[in-house]
Amino acid sequence: MSTSDYDPACLPDLLPLYYRRLFPFSQYYRWLSYGGVSKNYFQNREFSFTLKDDIYVRYQSFTTQNELEKEMQKMVPYKIDIGAVYSHRPSQHNAVKSGTFQALEKELVFDIDMTDYDDVRRCCSAADICSKCWTLMTIAIRILDRALREDFGFHHLLWVYSGRRGVHCWVCDDAARKLSVAARSAVAEYLSLVKGGEETVRKVVLSDPIHPFINHSLSVVERYFQQYAIVDQDILGSKESVDKVLAVFPVDRYFFKEGSSVSYDLHFSCVSVKSNSKKGGQYFDKEIMLQYCYPRLDVNVSKGVNHLLKSPFSVHPKTGRISVPIDLKELDTFDPFEVPTISLICEELEKPRAEEAEEDDMKDKENEQEAGERRRIRDYKRTSLAKYVKVFDRFLEAMARSRKGEMLKKSGEIEKDSVFHIHLILAFTLQMD
Amino acid sequence: MQFPGRRKKVIGSSQNDLYDHCLQFYGQPPLENISLTEFETFAVERLKLLKSVENIGVSYVKNSEQYVKKLDAEFSSLNFPLRTELGDRRVQGGTSEYEKRRKDHISHFILRLAYCQTEDLRRWFIQQEMDLFRYRFGELTSKHKTDFLHKNNLKYETVSAEEKKSLKDKLITSSYGLSGITVEEYDFYKVPFQDALDLVRTRKVYLLAGNAYIPHHEIVTIVLNDFRTRLSKALAMTARSLPAVQSDERLQPLLSHLSHAYVGQDYSIQKNMGKISLEQIDALSGKSFPLCMRHLHKALRENHHLRHGGRMQYGLFLKGIGLTLDQALQFWRSEFVKGKVDADKFDKAYAYSVRHMFGKEGKRTDYTPYSCMKVILSNPPSQGDYHGCPFRHSDPELLKQKLQNYKVSPSGINQILELVKGMHYQLACQKYFELTHNVEDAGFSLNHPNQYFTESQKLLGGGLEIKKEVDMSQRSQENPANMTRPSQANSKQAHEEMGDLDSFFQDE
Repeated sequence: MSTSDYDPACLPDLLPLYYRRLFPFSQYYRWLSYGGVSKNYFQNREFSFTLKDDIYVRYQSFTTQNELEKEMQKMVPYKIDIGAVYSHRPSQHNAVKSGTFQALEKELVFDIDMTDYDDVRRCCSAADICSKCWTLMTIAIRILDRALREDFGFHHLLWVYSGRRGVHCWVCDDAARKLSVAARSAVAEYLSLVKGGEETVRKVVLSDPIHPFINHSLSVVERYFQQYAIVDQDILGSKESVDKVLAVFPVDRYFFKEGSSVSYDLHFSCVSVKSNSKKGGQYFDKEIMLQYCYPRLDVNVSKGVNHLLKSPFSVHPKTGRISVPIDLKELDTFDPFEVPTISLICEELEKPRAEEAEEDDMKDKENEQEAGERRRIRDYKRTSLAKYVKVFDRFLEAMARSRKGEMLKKSGEIEKDSVFHIHLILAFTLQMD
Repeated sequence: MQFPGRRKKVIGSSQNDLYDHCLQFYGQPPLENISLTEFETFAVERLKLLKSVENIGVSYVKNSEQYVKKLDAEFSSLNFPLRTELGDRRVQGGTSEYEKRRKDHISHFILRLAYCQTEDLRRWFIQQEMDLFRYRFGELTSKHKTDFLHKNNLKYETVSAEEKKSLKDKLITSSYGLSGITVEEYDFYKVPFQDALDLVRTRKVYLLAGNAYIPHHEIVTIVLNDFRTRLSKALAMTARSLPAVQSDERLQPLLSHLSHAYVGQDYSIQKNMGKISLEQIDALSGKSFPLCMRHLHKALRENHHLRHGGRMQYGLFLKGIGLTLDQALQFWRSEFVKGKVDADKFDKAYAYSVRHMFGKEGKRTDYTPYSCMKVILSNPPSQGDYHGCPFRHSDPELLKQKLQNYKVSPSGINQILELVKGMHYQLACQKYFELTHNVEDAGFSLNHPNQYFTESQKLLGGGLEIKKEVDMSQRSQENPANMTRPSQANSKQAHEEMGDLDSFFQDE
């Protein structure tokens, strides 16, 4: 198994190799430049690095892709975070008059962390995950992806596996990057249904009328609930867990009839509950499903324009896994335990086709940078990282297409025919990458 | 804005367009000349209006019937435009609707000048203007609302009938109080979700492809957001150009006064001078002093000293309740001498400042006692100070303890702390008044410590007896338990004298 090969002690050796030959710098740079539409967008972006021995440095910024590469290869960060695009180069923020250095834009981000579900999962707790509870992430992604696209009209979403116990979503639309703090917070609140901490037993409260968003989310949950909650999590499998389910509701207001079997081998639908009270409680079954399955967001991560979030393609020091983009078309088969670790891909790298390598080395001496890139492209393609970079490529292409579409819309005088021609040329150009 | 002269110019007919709606966004500053008198009057009246908006807003649920009724009354009495048509001849006391709108327009801009300078001032101003706007918008007819939207370029698309039909079920379930019929009848507006954040945040609206589908009657929330954003930006810009305005000597004192303004009686004329004897002060401090002055008095008695800030705030207050200069000198000297200051030093150093307070020294300004606004906003106390407003400047825990010591009920304390949390300091003091005097409603809007004293005395039946200095009564110790109405015997006697005394405590 890939995991058993990973040893955090090897990081100091593996990371330099990773940054030299595998990290997809050109796609990364392409992403963060957003087509060069805004001047200095990449240059004014903040990165933060966590170096060996937990040394944390903020306000890193780079002027070119080359500089980014050189610095990362030099500093060998254990963790990389991406922050906001500021008004000035972050690396020069001290030279700027106080008050004028400001965070201007950033992707709208969401962080779903499995530990936030500890009160409703029985298989694992804290940083552990397993295939049984991973379904929670699947449900979260489906619900949020739909809402962000259909309700909010966003198009360019990058879902990334965090490397250990959760997923991140980067909403990269122009409009999303320009959102104010208030707007981000409003979006996060709209998407929040599970409220309350340790002290709250009943965390989801529904009342009439049920908003369409909640209904959409419920239909996703219902699809997975039987398998996830009843079978995998076995929430009706013991008196203790049944009590926990029922604890969500004031027991004195309800009585419930079991099926004939004493061993609690029930399908949820067989549990019928009679409500004594008119007010509320009529949606208790929906509330329970939502409390057990609905995504739990950390609003604070989404609110701040200057909030730093783990970068895609960074390594998770504890697990060695790469934060890879998730292909939503294959969401139901995504397995976090199959995500390549840095040790795996470095291993795969070391299985060269020897002669080819020498030939290429000679060619590459001619042009350092191009060489580096070409080699890197060849390199990651030989590893398990390849398919994830492809997902990233598709994401970038979609954004590029949409940008061209915007530009064309703006210069509206273009005739239909010429538009078609231009599209052809562009499509051709894009494939050249 | 230009204020070159004192003449009032007649407005050209082109300006009529500006005032053809009773409500506006205050996008364009006024471009006419007005007199300084009008400048000042307009500003003061709007300030009164905004303060009423604030007070009424905490006393009643916003936009409830009572709230609306009370605000309507304020509007009429202060001559601000309601919802009548411009040409409406229903004139009240001679001010035409047109003139009211003009006043509304100009006064708003004047107050911008006064309230743009600090975060606190800006926040307060924006909050009251928003509440005011919400109330006025809510009072418009449907047609007027639409007119307003169009005039102000809030060109939100209305949702077509077909789209409404296809989305009918979703629309019904997204907003309160909508049925199939109302969805068909009402207009819905398609508003980008960024403009409808309050509705999005609480999920009270249908969202599709980034647009919120807002029913007609909810459009006020959207409009308000827009209003707040515009006003916020405008204030920031105003602050930047303020130095130019402030260099005009005629305006600077007025603007500064406005932002610390107490708009009402200033207690500079002591009608009740000499009616208080020094022996009564201890008892009075428990019964009729607002918390800040009670606090200062106690600190003075305990430490036999007060620093400058405290001396000013308390000394002027005492002047306001009727102490003469001689009484004041005696009062302060007797206390300070008990401490570390000997009589000589007092006469040399502190007496001067007491006389100064009474306008007998220096530039002979007869200083007016501080209003609540002034106490709350200026000169915050530091270590070793006892002045300021306890509701504003005391740590809530300490405030709670103090109120407990003064035997305020736990539920009362909670009410007060809630008001403090909402930054409604004067209302908290008002609540303190109500609790210590055992009344449901203070019956006045607290603005000034001396007003507190006056109202308290009024309520307590003016149980003061006029005593001479020599005639010592044995009420020297502050008696916290004695906060309710005076005993029967006293009140009977007081009652006879009340007719006389009352007149001394009447507001003008």
